[in-house]
Formats: sequence, structure tokens, C-alpha cells
Amino acid sequence: MYTAEHTVPRRPITLLQAVGEAMFQAMEADETVVVYGEDVVGGAGLGDPYEGAMGGTFGATRGLFRRFGPTRVRDTPISEAGLVGIAVGAAAAGIRPVVDMMWSSFTPLAFDQIHNQAAKLRYMFGGQASVPLVLRMAIGAGLGAAGQHSDTLYSIYTHLPGIKVVVPTTPYDAKGLLLESIADDDPVLFFEHMRLYNTRQEVPEDRYTVPLGSASVTRPGTDLTIVGISYMAKSALEVAGALAVDGIEAEVIDPRSLSPLDSETILESVRKTGRLVIVDESPPRCSIAADIAAMVSEQAFDALAVPVRRVTSPHSPVPLSPPLENAYIPDAARVEAAARAVLNR
Amino acid sequence: MSDRMTIADRTLLEMFETMTKIRLFEERVTLEYQRGDMPGFVHTYIGAEATATGICAHLSDDDLIASTHRGHGHSLAKGCSIAGMFAELYGRETGLCKGRGGSMHIADFEIGMLGANAIVGGSIGLATGGAFAQQVKGTSNVAVSFFGDGGSGQGILYESMNLASIWKLPVIYVCENNGWAESTPVSYAQSVEDLSRRADGFGIPGYVVDGADVFAVYEVAAETIERARRGDGPSFIEAKIPRISAHYVGDTQKYRNEDDLEAARGRDPLKRFRSELEAAGILTEAAVQGIRAAVVEELDRGVAAAKADPWPTADGVTDYVYSGAYGA
Repeated sequence: MYTAEHTVPRRPITLLQAVGEAMFQAMEADETVVVYGEDVVGGAGLGDPYEGAMGGTFGATRGLFRRFGPTRVRDTPISEAGLVGIAVGAAAAGIRPVVDMMWSSFTPLAFDQIHNQAAKLRYMFGGQASVPLVLRMAIGAGLGAAGQHSDTLYSIYTHLPGIKVVVPTTPYDAKGLLLESIADDDPVLFFEHMRLYNTRQEVPEDRYTVPLGSASVTRPGTDLTIVGISYMAKSALEVAGALAVDGIEAEVIDPRSLSPLDSETILESVRKTGRLVIVDESPPRCSIAADIAAMVSEQAFDALAVPVRRVTSPHSPVPLSPPLENAYIPDAARVEAAARAVLNR
Repeated sequence: MSDRMTIADRTLLEMFETMTKIRLFEERVTLEYQRGDMPGFVHTYIGAEATATGICAHLSDDDLIASTHRGHGHSLAKGCSIAGMFAELYGRETGLCKGRGGSMHIADFEIGMLGANAIVGGSIGLATGGAFAQQVKGTSNVAVSFFGDGGSGQGILYESMNLASIWKLPVIYVCENNGWAESTPVSYAQSVEDLSRRADGFGIPGYVVDGADVFAVYEVAAETIERARRGDGPSFIEAKIPRISAHYVGDTQKYRNEDDLEAARGRDPLKRFRSELEAAGILTEAAVQGIRAAVVEELDRGVAAAKADPWPTADGVTDYVYSGAYGA
């Protein structure tokens, strides 16, 4: 569990504000950090009072343009491959781009630039290049954004050697992890669940980091382990609360980053509890849930009392209609049922 | 030569040396590759020497280039060492990329060579980004993206040109049109004769140049690079080049008729430049032989050293995937 000493005041802010604060503080500390993407400014080139009024589709980049100006904060045309291509070249040439991709569902437009360029340059060139870029994006179903605006996709990028993948759940973690990601010299994809944007938590005012590859045990327990990804880490905590009423003590783990993955914290927990449920708002094939399940089966088989259990979305795109979208999202009832199934209770 | 830009004799001789170096390097690579002990694929730059040379003559180590799968010519023109290149082609630990990249991913970041790229059009986003970094940092350095007529089919070119034009990025797009995208002729793959017209759609000045005429290339490069350094934005140079080599070493070119090959050989940029310099009294037969001998000696040393150098060890297979430590 990560702990940090903060002697500065904390105040309650949302995850969205925490992300914005991270970018603000990163840009203040390092003049090579730049931010660009569609609508990150709003009213590009139109001058006062229009230019800078929007500050991002969700408002994450509000205030950056007014403070740092048009060289370092830029709106862009809709050219995802171009935006990422430029980010790779710019990062390799010595600046730190933080690109707002808006939705993870748009990243496939840039997949070649991510996979064949960003991920591979350092390796293919024998360590000559660094690609210190960050791609930020919203993920998740639950707001009726439907098929092409609701993907999670972090599993696809976890598969790629050379890429790092970060999935914060709390405002505190989001700020620290984004500051760390911006300082990281490798390409980082940073996934912000839409339904977490308005969650609120006490967050310190200072510039601090949370390390990559460090999972958070958000609730200690002895009876089973629940690993939840992104919003599902929050759901898992709620389910653990319900299970506790029945005397079932679940240990909840939030991995916080998927690449690198803190497998040791997960394994340690499974060696203690012997039962694992993984909750992932993604279709099931070739996902992080499958990856963690295989890893645990391989490295902690003797500790397992029952097979690893995954609670995932179905093998389908995200539908619009509320009853269908609700069927897509792993809900509390399914998670609880899985927890009881591994315990036979 | 009288109505052309005045180029100092010294510069002309340096360019002749560079073009000779590229030609002899590529002929040697062809020979060695066919011996069977060079791993992977190689694509040689024979016929295109004047374009890389005429452009890179204006660039310092602080300027950036990004190249194609056919990158040896750009690499040498930018200043990559023959020894480092051979060691890389042979996959040795002493290679420019420590054997991790090979011919299609050869790079030297210390001299601004952001890599050969095996994804067609891969240089385009990279160089545009390199130019973006110069603008953010406030330098007067430029970035050059080399790609072919085949690369002009890629969407990234148009996305990048749009971004470069709205932001006036210091980038020069160089389309080396050799008439062939592997086996596909431009007569089929493009609906217009001059690919430089692509730039019109973005308000970017476009130029067509005889890519086998190093004087012409040098001159248009001067103008476009100066524009970029001044902050006036991007340019597009279409260099029409004879594809004297095949697509890759080993390609039998069954798709190409003999007349087309003959026509390409007839436009040999090195032969042409040599004649022009000899006619102007800047070059003698003896000087040419001296230049060639020096290059051959360097090639011999490079090949011998590469073949004797150590392979990377198997436990190094995951080196350089990430910077620093990965994971807790």
C-alpha cells in the first residue's frame, strides 16, 4: 500500500480537477511539457473571451491556455494519427507532449503510431531514443455514449512491449500517477473512467507522485481477493462492504497500473486468501483479467482453493439502450455472486 | 552551370564524395548480402544519391531527418559512420542500434538521424513532431521527412501537412518519386503526374525537381530550408529519381520492362555529377580514383570489423524496451 507524507493542506477535489492540477503543476515545473488535443483550449484563435473558455471536452485542461499560452497549449484538428505521430517525434526530439485523445475509442485511429512508432523506437534504435509522451483519454460505459465512445481498451495497450498503461481510480492516485506519467521517459497511456470524474477526495496541494507498478490494497481482508480495474475497483469496495454484513471479509486490490503490473501484491494476497475474483469492464478475450488469472494460476496455483473467477463485460460492443448497457457493465450483483461462488457461500 | 546558384568548390567536392560513398556502400552491401551472412532485408539507394546529398548538405547535426526502409543513403549523407552502419547491418552489438534494428531501422540520434523506418510513411509524423519540438524550444533547426511515391498514399502525410501548415512547422517533406512502389508504377497508383501538387491542398509551397541533378536539389533545398528556419513554415519537394536498384536486394523485377531500367540507368546522378565537375575543371580522373580508393578502404575495414564483432547476448533481448527500471 502506498503511503506518502504530505505536510501541505489537503482539500476535497474531483478526479477531473486532480488530473487538471497534475498537468498544471507539471507544466509549471518543466517548460518542456506541452498539452494539445481537440478542444483542450476551445475557441482556438478567436481571442478573448472565446479562446480558452472550454478547457477540454470534460474541462480537464481548463486554465492551462490562459496560464501557459499558445505555444505550449494547443487545440488541434481532428487527426488522431497525426497527433500521436507528432507526439512521438516531438518526444524523441526532447519535449514532453501530453496529448488529449478524448476517448480511448479514438485511439485505434492512431494505433500504428502507438504500436509501430511510440512503442518500438527506443528498442529498435538500441536505446538511443526516449519517447516521453502521455496520451490521456476517457473510458467506460454507463453514460449512454454507446459503441464508439465507451471502450476501455487498456488491455490492448498492456499487450504492447514499450507502452505503459495507467488506470487510476481515486483523485489522489490520479493526480500522483499523472505527474509520474508525465515525468516518465516512456510512452504512457493514461485511462480516466468517465464515471469517476466526479468522485471527490482529499488531495494535497503540492506536486507529488505515485509510482507506476504499485498496486493499492484498498481494503484488507482474509476470505477472498477481489482485483478491480478502474471503476470496477470502486465497485469492488462497495461489494466488499455488502459482503462484510454477512461476515465475509474481502481484500480489495486496485492495480493502478497495468503495465507495469504489481503482480507481487496480487500474489501475496492470493497466497493469504486462496480465492481470487477479477472484475474488468471489458469483453473477456485476451484481456487484463485473463492475463492476471493466468499469472496467478502459474505462480500461486498451490495457494488457490478454487479456480480464479473473472467478472467481465460480454463479448460485444457497448450498446446504447439502458437495459442493454446495464447488462454490459459488471454490476454489484454479478460481482457479489462471483465472490460467493468462490467461497461456496 | 553559369546560371545556377554558386556553390563553393569545396562543397561540390564534399557532395561528390558523399554520393560516391553512398554508391560504393550500397554496391558493397548488395555484394555482401548476396554472400548470405547478412540477416534480414536490404533496400539500396542506388540512383537516388543526389537527393539525400543535395538536401543534407544544408543540415547540421542539430537538424533532424527521418527516413524510409531505404535509409542507407540518408544515413550516410547525414553523417552516420560506415563502421557503425555495417556493424548494425550485421546485427552486432557494436552497431549504431546495437543490432536491435538492422537495415530498416538504422538511426543515429547524436547527429539528428531519427531513424530509417520500415512502416511506409513512418518518417512523416516523426519529422513533423521533430519540427514541432524545435518550434516549442524556439530553435532555428529544421526537420526533413523522406518518403517515396508509395508513401504519398498514406493518410499520415495529409494529417501531418495540415498540422504543419496551420502551425507553420519547420519541416520539409521530401517525396522521392522513383516511379515505383515496389512493383506498382506511379502511372497506376496516382491520378496526377506531379505528387508535389498534394501540397497545394494545404497551402504549402510545392516543388518538382530532377532528383538526379544534385545542383537542382541543392538549390531547392536551400530555399525551403531557409524558409523553415525563418519560421515561415513547411515546404514539399518532389524529387524525381531514377530507381536504378531493384526494390530490395534479390528482387528480380519481373514487373518492370527493360526499357524502363535502361532509362533509369541513363539518368545516373553520380555519372552526371562527375562529368559536370570534370568539365568545370573541379575534378580530375586521379582525384576520382583517390576518393574511391579511400571509400573502398573504409568499406573494407567496416565489413571486416563488423564480421568480427560480437553478437548481442541472448539475455539482452529485453534491453531498451523501456527507459530505466520496469515494474516494482
